[in-house]
Amino acid sequence: MTDAAPNGLPAPLGILAELTHRCPLACPYCSNPLELEGRQAELDAVTWARVFREAAALGVLQAHLSGGEPASRRDIVEITAAARGAGLYTNLITSGVGVPGALLQRLRDAGLDHVQVSIQDVEPESADRIAGYRGAFARKQELARQVVALGMPLTVNVVVHRANIARIREMVESAIALGAGRVEIAHVQYYGWALRNRAALMPTREQVRTAMAALDEVRAAHEGRITIDAVVPDYYARRPKPCMGGWGMRSLNVTPSGKVLPCHAAETIPGLEFWRVTDHALADIWRSSPAFQAFRGEAWMPEPCRSCERRAIDFGGCRCQALAIAGDAAATDPACELSPFHARMRALAEEDAVAEDVPYAYRGREAVRFEAEAPIPIPVP
Amino acid sequence: MADRPRLAPGVRLHHDQVRGAWVLLSPERIIETEGPAHDILSRCDGSRTMDQIVDELAEQYAAPRAEIATDVEALLTELAAKRMVVR
Repeated sequence: MTDAAPNGLPAPLGILAELTHRCPLACPYCSNPLELEGRQAELDAVTWARVFREAAALGVLQAHLSGGEPASRRDIVEITAAARGAGLYTNLITSGVGVPGALLQRLRDAGLDHVQVSIQDVEPESADRIAGYRGAFARKQELARQVVALGMPLTVNVVVHRANIARIREMVESAIALGAGRVEIAHVQYYGWALRNRAALMPTREQVRTAMAALDEVRAAHEGRITIDAVVPDYYARRPKPCMGGWGMRSLNVTPSGKVLPCHAAETIPGLEFWRVTDHALADIWRSSPAFQAFRGEAWMPEPCRSCERRAIDFGGCRCQALAIAGDAAATDPACELSPFHARMRALAEEDAVAEDVPYAYRGREAVRFEAEAPIPIPVP
Repeated sequence: MADRPRLAPGVRLHHDQVRGAWVLLSPERIIETEGPAHDILSRCDGSRTMDQIVDELAEQYAAPRAEIATDVEALLTELAAKRMVVR
């Protein structure tokens, strides 16, 4: 559904509201930026309420209340009620840690439509090690049980990487046993923290192949009873993902301090100018902010995208990945086999997949050393 | 047990004022429901049986009952497979 507005620009469907970057967990693939925003910078509930009203008026239908851990905010119930009050479908994306049952009940009463919780593994010790938080596994299980007991719909999100990929089937079975109506399998996408941890997270091609086969089996076994959505791992793909359904075409991401991004990783691209909800109306940001216009449509595309018959299917893939691998955000996503950097990307994956004893750089638990962000060597294609 | 279809938990029928359309909302899916589809889904509230839904629509559309029944069955089968309707 991408009904065009009178000016030809589609109305966005979703808003990802990063209410805070604070989180008890420290997952090494966290989608938050390396430079986390602090509590002092966070928008207040009144401003979020205005943002949700503006979003609904712009055509947004779904609000994903995310973080960090959104329940780290004491005003999470007020914020949730405001999103629902604006007419938005409200989805709480939670770590499950620091969300007591009583709070969950208040959120439900405030109109929360759906809860999504991530699980790290089926083995408690491994799960806690990945999350960087002792006891996270048990708390997540408890949260999931309470969501179901309250009669709320539950999605379990499973982020897949080297440390848990061998148990993909068990993780799906565990999610079903918890009462999830939907399971989301997401292979780690390598931006920000995950890019920094790539050598610790990347599975081998063989592991991915085995996992995909296991997933097909478990999906067939539960056909019609549960929805299992899976994201293919970019580094072993032949064609890029249709990232965000096209840059600036379907959704908005608002950071805790109110910066509006076309996607959560967009700040990794240098030189983009993001506007803030405190300075501009959301509709103006959607239409006119430089960051949203940068890669919208097809005018920015280089070859082979520009003349590719799939350009309206995959939109040239992911800009952040093009930057990370090809060193140019306007290049073809190297996940595409037509990219001159495709072989390089595959080689990076294969190299990282066999790296041994690489410790995690846990999110937010170490000083960010920008000089350590060594640029990836760019081969001459 | 009589078949009393209803929207699945977490699924809502919503009037999208910007696009001027009724939509079925779920965590990851948005489905536009045009005239007849909306007339069917707005009756899937868990109180009506399939027969009652078909009767009401046959009257509303002044159309043959068998024809309506086929359409209702097709839509609900499709949405049940997507887990957006429970039967």
